[in-house]
Amino acid sequence: MRTEAYPPLVELTLARLREFVREPEAMFWAFIFPIIMSVALAVAFPGQEARPALVGVVDGPGAEALRAALAGHDDIVLREIPAGSDLSAIRDGDVQVIVVPGTPPTYRFDPERAEGRVARLVVDNALKRAAGRTEPWVAREDAVAVPGSRYIDWLIPGLLGMNIMSTGMWGIGFAIVQARLRKLLKRLVASPMRRTHYLLAQMLARLVFLAPEAIVPLAFGALVLGMPVRGSLAAIIIVCVWGAITFTALGLLAGSRARTLEAISGLLNLSMVPMWIVSGVFFSSSNFPPAVQPAIQALPLTALNDALRAVILEGAPLRQIASELAIMAGWAVSSFILALKLFRWR
Amino acid sequence: MSGVTIAHAVRCEALHKRYGDVVAVDGLSLTVQRGECFGLLGPNGAGKTTTIEILEGLLQPDAGAVEVLGLTWRHHAIELRQRLGIQLQETQLADKLTVAETLRLFRSFYRAGRTVDELLRVVELESKRDSWVVKLSGGQKQRLALACALAGAPDLLFLDEPTTGLDPQSRRQLWEVLGRFRAGGGTILLTTHYMDEAQALCDRVAIVDRGHVIALGTPQELIATLTAPRVVTHHGTLEDVFMSLTGRHLRDDED
Repeated sequence: MRTEAYPPLVELTLARLREFVREPEAMFWAFIFPIIMSVALAVAFPGQEARPALVGVVDGPGAEALRAALAGHDDIVLREIPAGSDLSAIRDGDVQVIVVPGTPPTYRFDPERAEGRVARLVVDNALKRAAGRTEPWVAREDAVAVPGSRYIDWLIPGLLGMNIMSTGMWGIGFAIVQARLRKLLKRLVASPMRRTHYLLAQMLARLVFLAPEAIVPLAFGALVLGMPVRGSLAAIIIVCVWGAITFTALGLLAGSRARTLEAISGLLNLSMVPMWIVSGVFFSSSNFPPAVQPAIQALPLTALNDALRAVILEGAPLRQIASELAIMAGWAVSSFILALKLFRWR
Repeated sequence: MSGVTIAHAVRCEALHKRYGDVVAVDGLSLTVQRGECFGLLGPNGAGKTTTIEILEGLLQPDAGAVEVLGLTWRHHAIELRQRLGIQLQETQLADKLTVAETLRLFRSFYRAGRTVDELLRVVELESKRDSWVVKLSGGQKQRLALACALAGAPDLLFLDEPTTGLDPQSRRQLWEVLGRFRAGGGTILLTTHYMDEAQALCDRVAIVDRGHVIALGTPQELIATLTAPRVVTHHGTLEDVFMSLTGRHLRDDED
């Protein structure tokens, strides 16, 4: 075993890496959690095949005839719904449309849900055909699968971005506050250690762990879920590293003054939860009104997610995402400088 | 450095420091000679820690002048950090680094100093070199903290209550390490609220109460100033000195 010391920046980085790998909980959040998340997604989004409409028929005169007309279709699944619970069945997704017998029958569905609108059309077609409608013609169908256009393809880069954000901010913010609580920061500044070395070492240690953290969801998405990876590996790596630097700098800023673990947790949640919602992780940020778009586009997670999707799904070259990279660089540099100024070492 | 030998290792004049309404240090002055072991003795809350942290350059005094090794914090902070060894009260080193890793980290900050192996030998932790810090006993942790302070081969060692909470054997072990440091020509400034520690280690002691020095001298001189006959009948201690000066026990307010 070596006994002589490397330069301080290396020793500080090594110390942080050692502490991290010796902390089972931290390892769980960084590596196991993304795998669990990806597996859960694979189960929730099993493949491209069309999923059948879930249909309920309310009891009453003529209900049996309706059930008979709807039975035997590949694209329809009939479900029992207990009397009086039809609205909750729609809310919970047990059925997508409910047919109330009558002349004509009533379709009860939520037009704000895409699957509700689809189910209504499927049921309508089936019932009208059963009632004797003749088709003027039947179109030929040319089924194609366009990779990269599914929700899961869109979702994975967003999850990767979210993971880069949360491991960066939690990993740094929490470790710093812990060191402050233990008076370890104070002890370090009582030595000749350079303060920028400490802060840079925290960031470098995060970057070392970025590789497996990014590779796991990307490899899982590409190999198991069939997500297309169109961009060059170099471009993807650059965007991931760029994003990780940005969020570790933000983690430094978040941890720069907090003196308790409660304070840092609150601060991190306060800054991250809004970005989970508006920055296009689970649904597109274009759902928000135009008035707030400039603010949303200026957020670091929006920039990272947009950049990741552009390089992974569209194969965009780096110059095409220059504005996203510039936004992230702006956050990274200003956060680091501000953190250095505000940092409480005692 | 210049060839001029400066006789004093630490000098401070009329230090003041207040936290809101609380006056922590109230006009404290002292001088520590090179090569001596100087003790700040006093009850908790007397201002010892605030004083030593001002001298260590970790706190700014509200008023007063500080000179350490003939240098000032304002102009020579980087140089001073290289030449001082500091042990703070209540520092918890990283739990999941080994003893050797911790020492290597601290050693990396200094341009010169001892090797990790030498440091381990000095504080007698060779057998613990690959143990995690969290597994060490209280005395071993204190000796590791001391080894971190010694990593840069300092000229001057600041120790804030180095043996508080240790059992007698661990204290004695630590005192031996400090004795070897002094034998090598090092200067020590320490705070303590243990009379026996001050008596065993210190050449001179300043008794501090309410933010200033109320008595100063060698332990023998201080004990000799006692005039109360009830004390002279048995062997006087620094505890008796403190009591005769303040009418209170030194360790009254210990937690």
